[in-house]
Amino acid sequence: MNRPRRPFTSADLCLGTAVLGVALFAALMAPWLAPFDPIAQDIGQRLSPPTLTHLLGTDGLGRDILSRLIYGTRPTLALVALVMVLSVPIGLTVGIVAGYCGGRIERLLMGVTDVVMAFPTLVLALAFVGVMGPGLINSAFALALTGWPAYARLARTETLQMRRSDYLAAAEMHGIVGPRLLWGHVLPACVPSMQIRLALDLAAIILAAAGLSFLGLGMGPPTPEWGAMIADGSKVIFDQWWVAASPGAAILLLSVAFNLIADGLRAAGDPSRA
Amino acid sequence: MDCVPQGIRAVPDRALLSVRDLSISVSAPHGERLIVDRVSFDVGAERVALVGESGSGKSLTARALMGLLRRPLKVSAGRLEFEGVDLRALTPARWAAMRGSSMALILQDPRHALNPVLRVGRQMDEVLRIHQKLSAAERRDRTEEMMLAVGLAEPARTARAFPHELSGGLGQRVMLAMMLVNGPRLLIADEPTSSLDESLRDQVLELMVSLVEHRRMGLLLISHDLQQVARYCERVLVMYRGRLVDVRRTQDLAGAEHPYTRILWSCRPGGRTYGTELPVLVRDADERLDMAP
Amino acid sequence: MIAVRIDGLCVQYDHHSHGRPVIKALDLKIDAGETFGVIGPSGCGKSTLLRVLAGIHRDWHGQVRVFDQDLIPNRRFAGALRRDVQMVFQDPYGSLHPLHTVERTLSEPLQVNGVTAVRDRALQALEEVKLPPSMLGRFPHQLSGGQRQRVGIARALLLRPTLLLLDEPTSALDLSVQAEILNLLNRLKVSHNMTYLLVSHDRNVVAHMCDRAAAMDAGKIERIIGRDELSQINPDDTERKVP
Repeated sequence: MNRPRRPFTSADLCLGTAVLGVALFAALMAPWLAPFDPIAQDIGQRLSPPTLTHLLGTDGLGRDILSRLIYGTRPTLALVALVMVLSVPIGLTVGIVAGYCGGRIERLLMGVTDVVMAFPTLVLALAFVGVMGPGLINSAFALALTGWPAYARLARTETLQMRRSDYLAAAEMHGIVGPRLLWGHVLPACVPSMQIRLALDLAAIILAAAGLSFLGLGMGPPTPEWGAMIADGSKVIFDQWWVAASPGAAILLLSVAFNLIADGLRAAGDPSRA
Repeated sequence: MDCVPQGIRAVPDRALLSVRDLSISVSAPHGERLIVDRVSFDVGAERVALVGESGSGKSLTARALMGLLRRPLKVSAGRLEFEGVDLRALTPARWAAMRGSSMALILQDPRHALNPVLRVGRQMDEVLRIHQKLSAAERRDRTEEMMLAVGLAEPARTARAFPHELSGGLGQRVMLAMMLVNGPRLLIADEPTSSLDESLRDQVLELMVSLVEHRRMGLLLISHDLQQVARYCERVLVMYRGRLVDVRRTQDLAGAEHPYTRILWSCRPGGRTYGTELPVLVRDADERLDMAP
Repeated sequence: MIAVRIDGLCVQYDHHSHGRPVIKALDLKIDAGETFGVIGPSGCGKSTLLRVLAGIHRDWHGQVRVFDQDLIPNRRFAGALRRDVQMVFQDPYGSLHPLHTVERTLSEPLQVNGVTAVRDRALQALEEVKLPPSMLGRFPHQLSGGQRQRVGIARALLLRPTLLLLDEPTSALDLSVQAEILNLLNRLKVSHNMTYLLVSHDRNVVAHMCDRAAAMDAGKIERIIGRDELSQINPDDTERKVP
């Protein structure tokens, strides 16, 4: 798109992106970064506190927490990406079509949106995963299923605003209609608010995903998932606090990073708003 | 228009507002940019117009006079005095006390300047409470008095309305009432009629002028329409791209020598100009507008 | 030659009107090469009239003919008709897409209509409205009001229309900038051999620009104002309200 690339002048954006960058790096380079095999058990060393060998200690089965944390970035980021890829296009399509067509189509689409929005996210996700079985793909579907309405509403609002103004009329005067209009004119107008919402949502998705895996509906052992790690750690939280604290801190950091990115995007995303 | 002061002065005998070398700059990523460049003028108990196009810096100047500019905008002045008080050194608390009671600012669109969720009467009451010690009954009386003074026939009903319920003309009258109820000495009006229909503009301006005259106040009327303000003001200050380029008494406008003033004065279309080219300024083609916050 | 002929135009519904007829049995004839004005208060239906002629508002009935082509209700303009009729909008900021550069705004209409040498034509369009080539890379928020309106005019001229509809083209501009735009419009009308239909609430603008005008109110044309009467409309610059 013809959008200007502004220099990274926002501290929020820099910091958030840096943290995200670290997580991505960890996910990609996990086999080389992790000091131990994340699923290798060493019962003799179980529940040992942070030492020089095991920087974050070990869990109930003697597995190195740092390594599990590093490998844990993979399912986390994969899930987040999958949910994003599923929910945003659906939401955008529904919202833009509803806003552009108006009338009965709009009422129908927004009615469906409202109904889905009325469901509590985690409950619906639980039900879905409960029916379909646990796993990364199913978790992603479950979360995307309840996540798209927010984008639909945003997209519809932006589309309505465009319709009320002269942008679309001006485009129509030159025969710019249909998909070209929706893709090139309406969609870009939706992007700025989308970006911000998305960044905020990603933080929520991480938490929801952690919640699902905490309840045992994630990818299942022995895959290192942060939520599942917290579940394991919660059993021994009073004596061996590090087992739960480390993945908890990781979730916190990544969520904050996404929030900072959202804040920074608010400044950098729209060329006319400083 | 009974209380018109006699005689027209090029410079007022006693200035209410005295400005010397007022400059406004903005810190941009690539250095500081000067938006208003050393503007100097005085305003007494008279009606002065500040005229210029969008981007000339006139609105920013008005806001600087009221101490409303924040970072990244920076204001500097050799002198900025109101009735002897140095405005450059005022604390936020003192500014709050000044605004509304000594100097008042009325803006273009009343619906954007008023709090949309509070009834109008309540907002007027608040304005009175901030600046004066009056009982609730006294405040109500003052509010009603002021509303009648601005030509609102049903003060009680109008007081119960929300800003968005007031049409343009009514909204502007309410704004005037609010701004004048505490008896300021100077009224700054920034394009007060631009968002109104043609038919209402004269009404609102006449009202403003008559109120200002009656209370022996000063009026600084900001506009891009030279001919409109010339009908109501005694002196005109012309700004172009941040500089004050001409100062003239209104009666001397028709014979103005400065090219920009001449063009502003004669660029109005009408039946007489049919078939001719209107006089225009030759501009710097690369004129760029960076939206200052 | 008749540029526009309207017989019995009725527009029932507009999103503002809440069911009341917006235009009632309107008749109008505009000659080719004229600048025809429409004056009226807000809500009189003048903008709707323009939008019907522009093909944007398609829910109407009656007879409308533009340069010997019949307009059909509820049908989008296509082909030559779509190119021949263009519009300049009131608020240039509201009609230029805020996320598109000037180049994109001027190129897309050309691309969609199968014009080659797009960049050259875009540069030519800028020259016609006296804007420098450096404007191509700018976004609308980086242009002044006058510059934006010039881009809007350049865009309207891209497909070489024969009928240009002007919806309050200078209402959002300062007086001095308005003068420039009006001069530009007059020059372009001659050089591009167009017919203008100008809608404005400002009688002085209509008096300056138009050969004839219609006074519209409540969906009907009250009367046609001839040039003589238009010449009498002038801003009362000589009358001072205050000594």
